[in-house]
This record gives sequence, structure tokens and C-alpha cells, in this order.
Amino acid sequence: MELLANILISAMIAATPLVLAATGELVAERSGVLNLGVEGMMIIGAIAGFAALLASGSVLVGLLAAMLGGALMAFLFGVLTLTFRANQVASGLALTMFGLGLSALWGQGYSGRSAPPFPRLSIPGLSDLPILGRLVFGQDGLVYLSLALVAAVAYVLARTRAGLVLRAVGENHHAAHAIGYSVVGVRYLAVMFGGAMAGLGGAYLSLVQTPLWVERMTAGRGWIALALVVFAAWRPWRALLGAYLFGLITILQLHSQALGLEVDAQLLSMVPYLATIVVLVLISRDSARARLAAPACLGKSFHASS
Amino acid sequence: MLKLEPRREPSALMFYVTPFLAIALTLAAGLLLFRILGKPPVAAMQLIFIEPLRSLRGVSELLVKATPLILIACGLALGFRANVWNIGAEGQFAAGALSGGAVALAVYPATGWWLLPLMSLAGIAGGAAWAAIPALLRTRYNTSEILVSLMLAYVAVLLLGSLVHGALRDPDGMNFPESRLFQTALPVMIPGTRAHVGFLVALAVAGAAWLLLERHMAGFQIKVLGQAPRAARFGGFSEKRLIWACFLVSGGAAGLAGLFEAAGPVGQLVPALPAGYGFTAIIVAFLGRLHPAGIVLAGLLMALTYIGGETAQISMSLPSATTSVFQGMFLFFLLATDVLVAYRPRWIATRPARAGRPLQPPAKVEA
Amino acid sequence: MKSRPFSKIAAGLAASLVLAAGTALAQTKPKVSFVYVGPVGDMGWSYQHHQGLEAIKKEFGDRIETNFVENVPEGPDAERVIDQLAATGSSLVFTTSFGFMNPTLKVAARHPKVKFEHATGFKQAPNVATYNARFYEGRHVIGLIAGKMTKTNTIGYIASFPIPEVVMGINAAYLAARSVNPAVKLKVVWVSTWFDPGKEAAAAKALVDQGADILMQHTDSPAPVKYAAEKGIFAFGQASDMTQFAPEKHLTAIIDNWNPYYIARVKALLDGTWKSGDTWDGIKEGTVVFAPWSKAIPADVVKLAETARDEIAAGTRHPFTGPVNKQDGTPWLKAGEKATDKDLSSMNFYVAGMEGSVPK
Repeated sequence: MELLANILISAMIAATPLVLAATGELVAERSGVLNLGVEGMMIIGAIAGFAALLASGSVLVGLLAAMLGGALMAFLFGVLTLTFRANQVASGLALTMFGLGLSALWGQGYSGRSAPPFPRLSIPGLSDLPILGRLVFGQDGLVYLSLALVAAVAYVLARTRAGLVLRAVGENHHAAHAIGYSVVGVRYLAVMFGGAMAGLGGAYLSLVQTPLWVERMTAGRGWIALALVVFAAWRPWRALLGAYLFGLITILQLHSQALGLEVDAQLLSMVPYLATIVVLVLISRDSARARLAAPACLGKSFHASS
Repeated sequence: MLKLEPRREPSALMFYVTPFLAIALTLAAGLLLFRILGKPPVAAMQLIFIEPLRSLRGVSELLVKATPLILIACGLALGFRANVWNIGAEGQFAAGALSGGAVALAVYPATGWWLLPLMSLAGIAGGAAWAAIPALLRTRYNTSEILVSLMLAYVAVLLLGSLVHGALRDPDGMNFPESRLFQTALPVMIPGTRAHVGFLVALAVAGAAWLLLERHMAGFQIKVLGQAPRAARFGGFSEKRLIWACFLVSGGAAGLAGLFEAAGPVGQLVPALPAGYGFTAIIVAFLGRLHPAGIVLAGLLMALTYIGGETAQISMSLPSATTSVFQGMFLFFLLATDVLVAYRPRWIATRPARAGRPLQPPAKVEA
Repeated sequence: MKSRPFSKIAAGLAASLVLAAGTALAQTKPKVSFVYVGPVGDMGWSYQHHQGLEAIKKEFGDRIETNFVENVPEGPDAERVIDQLAATGSSLVFTTSFGFMNPTLKVAARHPKVKFEHATGFKQAPNVATYNARFYEGRHVIGLIAGKMTKTNTIGYIASFPIPEVVMGINAAYLAARSVNPAVKLKVVWVSTWFDPGKEAAAAKALVDQGADILMQHTDSPAPVKYAAEKGIFAFGQASDMTQFAPEKHLTAIIDNWNPYYIARVKALLDGTWKSGDTWDGIKEGTVVFAPWSKAIPADVVKLAETARDEIAAGTRHPFTGPVNKQDGTPWLKAGEKATDKDLSSMNFYVAGMEGSVPK
């Protein structure tokens, strides 16, 4: 049972950067913008957070810097795709390329430097309970934050006027514009929120999980976050579930090896991508369930002549 | 404030001018970047953009690096024009190298004039087969081809790695993850260099793509599908057939590029074979304005930034990350200046009072 | 203001002239070049080779010139980079990753006057030497320490890819640990990467969760050591001294010290005595060295480790000495028999007693 709790805790830790980045991207995509630059924003968040933490000694400053870094990258993407109406696929790829390069340049002086360990929640009594204690009460702050984020995004999207506007912009930007909403304004906010969350996800790697800065340390997690958004059919709670499943697979694979079971690590690492394709097909094949599928304006530029 | 007005017709002038504008802006930003890095800016620029062109070796390497980029980008451009988004060329590249390479390894050590054509066909088939999956899912279930092709790119690269670690591993290679060296190789064009005939094939493919787009009915259909899908349906074109055609052609081209890379400069299957060509080719396709002639130039230019970046790293210890910052900026500027093709910038001194609802229906601009 | 662009062009021309002059001068001085697979800041494999570059700079001063290229992928680009170094005046090129083997040989055939050295490969040519280090000797020593110090009788091992180099290290560590602690278990997790700090940390955690209280790694990032520090368990550094990442919990590290080899080879180049060959140096030659023993290691264990180290250096001890069977029970080494280098460099099996299996 102790092992089970440990596996679950590890899975949550492995999943948290994905939860953060995927939830951010989900909001951006719900507004109709496909930003393939998640990896680039995450890695900028990772270095920005690490550099700020070392400079200030404050974890909070580090996290804020990571969010700022990610949001600035997303702003750049917004200028290209929303103001200049550039192609979103190409812009996203450019953003990833730029982010990986810039972070490597920026991080040159930070390789091999060590950050202080990240504070963990500890409630006397509760955190010491067997199994559930550490699982529920003994995680680091960002795990709770990521859960709160999912809940908040789910609530805002489904229950609030702001969420309604966001969805309207993503489903039919002309109608939203005709009613008088600023399509471009809403999308800027959504994309920058996505960037901030991707930055935070990157910082989770460099400040909490390792905590170190190394070049290319996101190692493709941005792409997995993108896949998760689709896997989740653009629903926040499903994104959380998808990320946790993914984390669980990763961790189980490591544990099964330590237990001496035979698994092909490389074949197993294909599973998330294949699962995403299967889910994509399932949600798009049935036109009655098309509501669940992609926001109708996803990836399309908007221009209102006025 | 600056306002963008849609042009009635896309500006032909801007269409050709903006790539050069983007290059100029990138150079300017690059000078700034080098200054910040504390490297002599002009000398760094010269190392990147001129030095590789001053020797036969540099030029031949340029052709080697540009070959897969041109091949893949020509195929992708057809699809992009039709609004069919194959962004998984990296996977089709890996699949092509894998299937073509597997043919050579399967008949090893037999060889002959027939082997290279057979490998090439297998490479094309492998790439096309990998691309057929997103095409099938898109036409059958209306599944987003962007995401499926991207996911499959990762699967293909992992598959290549897994097979090179296992079934295709060199039996005499001390268990290291590499295949045997192939018993045959692409003929070299310029003796003493690595420039292989694949470049000529890439040029031929670009020529064929140009003919197809400009002179053939299919090219017209592709354009109509891209610009006005509804008109295409009224015109009686089969959208499904075009999607299939775009994917099979771009997948086949990417597969051939992968096989050329494996059978040419590398000479074996290695896990690191897919070095990002499939993604860089997307940039090349846009930079070349989705036009085959432009793609040839763009492929060469992109190859130059890679090779020049290495030169600058060797002689000036410029960090290797500079190249990707540079390429990212390049694409940013290109995409940003692209707006001038379809829109006219207008400076409006003060914000005009809003005159209620727009009179004409808002124009929809496809990506 | 019009003269501004012109002055820039002039400056550029001047700069290029200076560069050209620099190249001309360089021809009188031999140039030594290095090709790295990772960034010089990886704190592991490439970092240690770069330390070697710094060492020859210090040793030979302005008698030689040096340059290096980092982050060279083991794919189609490697050959061009190596070729460019050879074509632009390098006299000696060190290519420091296994995947550079065939590219190095191809370039060497085109540049018969330039000398090449390829790390960890097995193919030589008249102008291509190969070199590697007997890291398994280091693994033997840390295996002894781990076997003595584990309380749970479980050692965790984070492995990268199932190549002979890595499999050999696992077997060496296990045999040594078992020799001092018959109840010991070695748990291996393969992460299929040389470098992914997030995944390495997750693997470390998985091992700890399954009872490991000492970690070893054959991946390059300091993340597992860092994780050990946080969990309050012991770990061994890899490639470089990683004490700074876990001041209390870092027991020692197997350091790749290429400096003596690089200095010897550059010296041979300058003396005109450079010859191709295959060098496999270890503790004796100072290529495999240890970071200072941690104060946490008890004195008797330090003594055990030092004896082993000194005996290996003196040639009186070999980490693979029979009787050793393979995992499937087939005999491998008879009593007293020592493994041959050929056996070691193509090793693809676990020794008897290991759990799990080598991935195919």
C-alpha cells in the first residue's frame, strides 16, 4: 500500500507540468487559437523561473517570472497571429524553435547551478497519516495550484459570462464580433493565459521536479500537453485525467522495470501518442458528438472589416 | 494608430518583396543579437552568410543539407495550398528511411543496379503509407489531420529508434544501436564532396510540382480547395480525393527524402537520422511562398543558416543555440511581414468614432 | 549618416582580413579540435571532455590552437562538422561520442594527413585512433561501497540504453556489491535517454519507492543526485564530481578524467610520434578517478574501496574474475579466469543473480 501511494504521488508529480501547460493551451484553443509553441513557452518559463529564483532567492518571484516569460512568448505569438494574422501552425513552430534557442543562450551561465529545494506542504498530523496523508496533504504547492486551476478553468468556461464569451469567440468569431465582443482582445488574453500556464509548467520542471536548469529540459513535454488537449476533447477535467493517466503510465513503466517485469521502454513511450489518435478518431467520427470536438474556429484567423 | 485595410487583390509586389524584407529585418535583429552576445556583429554575419559560399566544400554541403528540405517542402506546399495540413513530415521522413533501409538490410549482402531504385520505391511507399493514416482518418472520420500527423511523427521516430536498437541492429556492431552500413550508396555528383544526385531529384520534383500547379487541372483544384472550399464543392471537385492526393504526394516526397538521407550522406540507419528536417521544411515551404521555385531558394537559404551557424560556432565559438534563435526570428519576421500581401497598413491619427455596426458583412480570412 | 553603412562594410572587410590572417598564422601552429554531442554545460559527458580541452590549453599554451563544436547531433550533420574541422586546418580532431564513429572514418579517408581520435568506438584506421575508459573499474569500487552501506540491501541503478558500456557497468557494480553483501539486490530502471532530468528524477523516485537506499546512474544529468539529497539517501555522481548537488549525500563519483590521455596524445602530435591505436585506460592511467570520499563513508569501507582501487591500478585485481555465470545459468568465466576485453566490449547479458533482463 505504501508503494501504491508512492506511485500515485510520483504520477502526480510527473503529470503536474502537463496539467498546467495543457490547461493553458486548452483555454487558448477554446478561444479558437491553435498555439503549437507550447514547448517553446515551457522552456522559457523553465529558465526564466530558475534565473529569477537564483537572483532573488524567492520561489514566488521565480514562479511569477516563469509566468511572465511564458506570457511574453505568447504575446509574441499573438502579435503574429492575431494582429498580423499570420498562419498559426507556422507561427507556433517558429515560437518553439525560438524558445529552445533563446533559453539555451540565456541559460548558459546557469548550467550546473543548484536551486534550493521547493517547499512542501506539511500539516502536522494530517500529512503524517498513512498513505492518504502524503498523497492529499503532503504535496508541493504547485500540485494544489494546478488542481485549483483546472477547477477554476472548468467553472469559468462552463458557468460564467467570461467563459461564454470565450467559447463564442472560439465557435463563431463573426457572430461574437457582431454582438460587439472584441475577438482579437479575447484571444490575446486567452493566448497569454496559455503562455503563462505553460511557463509555470516549465518552471515546475526546473524549480520543483529536478530542481536544476539544463538545456532542452522540457524534452518534448510541450507536445504531449498539446496532445492532451485533444485527448481531453477540450474539457479541463478530462485534460487533468489525461495528464494523470499519462503520468501514471510513465511512472508504472519505471516501477515495473524496478520490479523486474519486462517492458519495452521505447514501445511504451509511443502509447500516449497512439492513445491520442484513437481518442481523436472517437470524438470526431460521430457527428452527433461533434459538439465535443474542436472549437469551430480553431486555427482560423479573424478579420472584421469595419 | 496603425490600421490594416484589406486589399481588394493580394499585392503581387508585396508577395515578392516581403521575403526580402524579412531577410533584411532578420539581419538587423541578428546584428543586435551578436552585439548583445559580445561577438563582432558584422564578422559573425559574414561567417554565417558568406563564408560557406566561398568554397566548393561549403557549396556542396549546402546542396546536401538543402536536398531533404526542398523535397519535403515541395510536397507539403501542395497540401498547404489546399488547406491540408500535413505537419508530420518528420514521421514520414523516418518511415521512408526505415522502409527503404529495411529493403537494403533484408537483401544484404546482395547488391546491384536494381537495389537503389528498389530502396527509393520502398522509401516513397513507406512515407506515403505513413501519411495515408492521417488522410484516411481525415476523410473517413473528419479527424484533424494536423494533430494526427503530428502525433504520428513522434511514433515514427520512436519506432525507428526501437528497431535500430533491436531487429535492424548491426549483428557485427558490438550491440550498439546502429544498422549495418548499406551495401550501396547514392552516387555523388561532385567528386570529393558529399553532394549526391538526390539534389537533382529534388530539383526535378520541384519542376514537376511547378508544372502540376501552373499547368494542370489538379493544381487549379488544389488552389480552389484552399481558397474557397465551398466553390470547390460546387465545382464538383472531390475534396476527399484531393486530400488523399496531397497526403500521398507529400508523404512520398518526405519518405524519399528520408531514404536519400539514409542511403546518401549517412549510409546506414541510426536513431538520430530524423534531425528535424520535417519541421524545418514547413518553414521552407512558407518562406518559399508555397511555390516550387521559391522553395528551392528558401531551402538553400535555410541550409545556409545551418551551415553558416556551424562555421560561426567553429571559428567564433558562437553557441549552437544561436542558429535556432536566428531561424525562429527569421520566420517571425516573414510571417509578420506577410500581412502586407493581403492588407494595406494605414496610419490613422485618431481613433475614428465607431459608426455602429459594420455595413458590409465581415470578411473571413482563412489561415 | 550616409557613411555609416560603408564604415560597417569596411569594418566587416577588415574583420575578415584579420580572420584570414588568423587562419594563415594558425597553419604554423597545430590546431586541436573537439566535437561534442551535448552542450559543454551538461555537467556530465561533454563537460568532462571539455575539461580535457582546457587541460591541453593549459599544458601547451600557445604552442597549439584549439576549437570545439558542441551539440552536434549523431545524425547526418556530424560528418559535415568533422569534415569542416579537418578542412579548415585542424591537425587532430577528437570526436567524443559513439555515433560519430562512421562519420569520423569517412572524413578520415578524405583527409589522410589529418589525425582523428574517436571515443568509445571499435573501428580504427591509419589516421583514426580509438580510446575509451574502463569505467567498469570505477563501478566495481562504488559497487563495494554501496554493498557495504545499503541498509535495505537494495541498490538503485538508473540506466540509459542497453549498450555494452552500460550493461558492463551494471554487472561490475552488482558483482562487487554482492561480494561484500550476498543479500544485495540491484534494481535497474532503463530510461531510454542519456539526458532528461525530469525522467531521471522520476526513475530515481521509482527506485527509492521500491526500497533502494543508494542510487547509481549511467545517465548524465545531476537530477538523481539532487533527488537523493532531498530524500536523505546516498548517491554516486556520474562523469563529474557532483558533490555540489548533494553536499551531504554524495558519496563519491566516478570521474571521467580524459586530461592525461588528451595531454599525451597532443604531446605525441607535437613530437611527431602520433600513431593510431586503441587505448582503453582505467584507474591505473588516471583516466578513471574518484571524487573525494564523503565523510559519511565509514573508515573500514573507505579502506575497502581504496584497497580495491589500488589493486586494480596494480593489476592484481580484475572486476570480472570467475567464477561468474550468465543470468540464464550458462557458465561464462571459470574460477580465476578474467574476462577478455572483447567479451566486455560486446557484453549484452546480465550475470547470474541479477533480476530483470537486458532490454532488446
